[in-house]
Amino acid sequence: MNAFTFTRAETVGDALHAAGGQAAFVAGGTTLIDLMKLDVMRPAAVIDINHLPLADVTRTPDGGLRIGALARNADVAHHPDVRRDYPVLSEALLSGASGQLRNMASTGGNLLQRTRCVYFRDTASACNKRSPGSGCAAIGGYNRNLAILGTSEHCIASNPSDQNVALAALEATVQISGARGDRAVPIGEFHLTPRDHPERETVLEPGELVTSVTLPPPVSGASSTYLKLRDRASYEFALASAAVIVNVEGGTIRYARIAMGGIGSKPWRNLDAEAALEGKAPAPERFAEAAEIVLHDAQPQPGNAFKVELAKRCLVAALTTVTNGAVR
Amino acid sequence: MSGRTLISDGSTAAESPAAASAVGRLDVGFTVNGEFTRCSVDPRATLLDTLRETLHLTGTKKGCDHGQCGACTVHVNGRRVNSCLSFAVMHDGDTITTVEGLGSPGNLHPVQAAFVEHDGYQCGYCTPGQIMSASALLSEPCGYTDADVAEAMAGNICRCGAYKNIVAAIQSVRQRS
Repeated sequence: MNAFTFTRAETVGDALHAAGGQAAFVAGGTTLIDLMKLDVMRPAAVIDINHLPLADVTRTPDGGLRIGALARNADVAHHPDVRRDYPVLSEALLSGASGQLRNMASTGGNLLQRTRCVYFRDTASACNKRSPGSGCAAIGGYNRNLAILGTSEHCIASNPSDQNVALAALEATVQISGARGDRAVPIGEFHLTPRDHPERETVLEPGELVTSVTLPPPVSGASSTYLKLRDRASYEFALASAAVIVNVEGGTIRYARIAMGGIGSKPWRNLDAEAALEGKAPAPERFAEAAEIVLHDAQPQPGNAFKVELAKRCLVAALTTVTNGAVR
Repeated sequence: MSGRTLISDGSTAAESPAAASAVGRLDVGFTVNGEFTRCSVDPRATLLDTLRETLHLTGTKKGCDHGQCGACTVHVNGRRVNSCLSFAVMHDGDTITTVEGLGSPGNLHPVQAAFVEHDGYQCGYCTPGQIMSASALLSEPCGYTDADVAEAMAGNICRCGAYKNIVAAIQSVRQRS
């Protein structure tokens, strides 16, 4: 591991002041320290933000929820307000990692979780994300766990987070502080697809800090589910997952939000698929149509072509579950 | 700025692995198994390596060193964590419990006694991590079934495959409490 300077910040101001171009904030450490041991991440400075007052989960004046960036995944998953009003987030969090990791991993850190592409994690391999311009060993290589949507000729890495899929369906907003002030970014605009710059994964500028994630008020009468399909029953990343929030009233889908994980370079939401469901009666044909829309632009590799059908079935199953009893 | 510690530890060392040992050291103070301990550590030292190599508490094991196997599980402020994925310097002021502090041969923690009673191990390498994970699990939200316990213990890998007896040991303690 490379040497680094270590700073413990006591306030957000401290943290922003200490942050420079090559600095990394550390919260739970479950991604950063893992990747520092592999020499994949080599920050010249590490700033410990665990003492910042950003761990609370509180209601917002509009009836939404503010989840502090340092709120641990386990605490968010078991928070009574999250379980009651945003159960899809609780389910997604509990489907990921292990009990120990969820006690450590933070909300902000999970937003910035790095891909599990084996070539990204191996400094001997070509990887445009880790070493821009070096190529992509995953294209034509081992890519079972990688993306089929939002990829580019330079990178097919998938976003591994379950939390982020639920946050996308919940239309969360990422609250950011930086030396030049605060800003709020909708979750759908926070992560970037790789295009020509796979090394840029989010809109965060160097030195900016995620301070919280805010959720809008819960949708009255809606049902939700998080369905995660994977190679092991537990403690494994998704091959395909779906966070679905649907409200059916009078036999008609009034509200539908769909986000998928394991298949995209970022948490994958498709507004057209949601629009195709809204105003219709819940039915297997409608669910299949929505799935076709989501996967229409898929660009699979030989090693992950199975995910096109897997993802369709994942979404149909999730929609079936969430509209249970309302399907005619 | 008012950060509590700001240590510059040789920026030239970052340029070359050969110079990696020429780094500064930081003081950290934490309570380990009920005793306040102060030590000087390389900022790169994990909590796991510090427990084992500096404090000679070798009950906590190193398996994968990447948070995947759970052999390094300890309690920090009462919660189970992977000590391999945390720098020791991040734990100034924390309260840490390792398997050495959980019980003693003459006064076993109920989970330790249950692992003996139910034969919850074979080679024993993963056992300290299993026991630290299981003892913390007792105070976490967890369903009643064996499947719930297996899911909650998914972060502890047992290469001998003693899972069935591990779950039985944990369930016997939960049913008694």
